[in-house]
Amino acid sequence: MSGLFSPRAWNKIWIYRGTFLLGLLNTLKTALVALLLALALGIIFGLLATSGKKVLKAISRVYVEVIQNTPVLLQMCFLYYALAFSGHSPGIIVTGILALGIYTGAYMAEVIRAGIESVPKGQFEAAQSQGFGYVGQMYYIIIPQSIKVILPPMTNVIVNMIKNTSCLYIVGGADLLSLTYSFVTGENTGGSYAPAYIVCGAIFFIICFPLSTFASMWETSLKKREQKAFQSGAPKEA
Amino acid sequence: MAMIKLENVNKYFGDLHVLKDVNLEVSEGEKLVIIGPSGSGKSTTVRCMNFLEKPSSGHVYIDGQELTSKNKTKVVRDSTSMVFQQFNLYPHMTVLKNLTLAPTKLHHKSKKEAEELAYHYLDIVGLKDKADVYPTTLSGGQQQRIAIARALCSQSKIILFDEPTSALDPETIQEVLDVMIKLAKENITMVVVTHEMGFARQVADRVVFMADGQIIESGTPEHFFTNPESDRVKQFLGKIIR
Ligand SMILES: Nc1ncnc2c1ncn2[C@@H]1O[C@H](COP(=O)(O)OP(=O)(O)OP(=O)(O)O)[C@@H](O)[C@H]1O
Ligand SMILES: [Mg+2]
Repeated sequence: MSGLFSPRAWNKIWIYRGTFLLGLLNTLKTALVALLLALALGIIFGLLATSGKKVLKAISRVYVEVIQNTPVLLQMCFLYYALAFSGHSPGIIVTGILALGIYTGAYMAEVIRAGIESVPKGQFEAAQSQGFGYVGQMYYIIIPQSIKVILPPMTNVIVNMIKNTSCLYIVGGADLLSLTYSFVTGENTGGSYAPAYIVCGAIFFIICFPLSTFASMWETSLKKREQKAFQSGAPKEA
Repeated sequence: MAMIKLENVNKYFGDLHVLKDVNLEVSEGEKLVIIGPSGSGKSTTVRCMNFLEKPSSGHVYIDGQELTSKNKTKVVRDSTSMVFQQFNLYPHMTVLKNLTLAPTKLHHKSKKEAEELAYHYLDIVGLKDKADVYPTTLSGGQQQRIAIARALCSQSKIILFDEPTSALDPETIQEVLDVMIKLAKENITMVVVTHEMGFARQVADRVVFMADGQIIESGTPEHFFTNPESDRVKQFLGKIIR
């Protein structure tokens, strides 16, 4: 077993740096495809949630609450074994993408719902009173106004999803954390526990920190701009 | 033929019976003013005319065609416009874009035609120089005049107004009323919910008084100001005409 400051341990990591890069690549690939799925689900369920139709709202609510109130690890195991037992296992990567996409989709749906609900009711009414149908109303009037409310928290959701690729570990994935784990427990490579996890964490940090910093700066500047707009000549409410 | 017809319209919000068997006809070019105390159902009545509220029962006819959930988008697009108490201009678009959006996206006008139309109506409301600014930089009165210009750009036969001056500073109310008085000279069918009795007196062909979800009395402005029948009306007018 090598200590944190053992040069041998760090050297081993350098030699096997390809493993970490491969893990990173797998993590990013999984995250990217899962993101597309999450976006699609988020848009669909976010729109259902704001449709004003009871049944559709309920469907969206059930999806969001079930997903947000059970562990993502459990969802992943469930999906993996459910698919495996049904006889057509699509493989770990696809399972991981599906599970992550479905999980993240619930958070996307909430972000999109909140964004749409942030637009005053009067905007929907003005659009309807002009004769815009649902699609036109969303496309020309509602989405352009909600997008700036949606994007910063959506970036945070994406950051979380990148971190959550590590859950693939439970079904034996090839993501960054899984490969790190194999590395430290491997017969030939084993031992460099602390340094390996530091490297793994550093890689996650390097990707996630800029994203979340960007998101929070964006959010702050939006709030400032809103305040300014409010102070300078916002219409008087009755 | 009536341009707008409400036939036995009822509206419930949950258990609350807000419109009780309302029957109302507005003929082409008529200027109808609706008055009445707060919560009497004036807004709901007007909003049933473009299905912003769907009646719980009864029928609404616009220009001879029954308004339904199915055809509302098309009928509203073709025949009605609305001016709201809170203006509801699109804040992410310039004034010009606010005015040309519906004509280009819904009424098959070219950009050039739509802009000509927009400048024409901006001129009518006296704000031609504001075409390129964003709505939030304007005063309430200016925003409402833009909203009226936007409604005009759809060139619909009917314009519905729901308390267009109630959110305005007193000093800007008149500039909006002046625009509406100007409009009233055209053959547009106007339905106006308002507390501005001077305006009602000057432009209304007919005034309708609502209370508790019902039309209590209907007649010319003269009738209302000289010898209203119902005590509710007398009481109401006594309160708002100081
Ligand atoms: N969306 C809604 N949900 C529940 N109740 C509503 C809704 N809209 C209106 N109401 C109720 O219906 C009644 C009539 O409202 P409406 O807005 O038509 O009145 P109004 O005559 O326009 O009043 P005001 O002069 O205050 O604008 C009120 O009691 C109001 O609280
Ligand atoms: Mg009202």
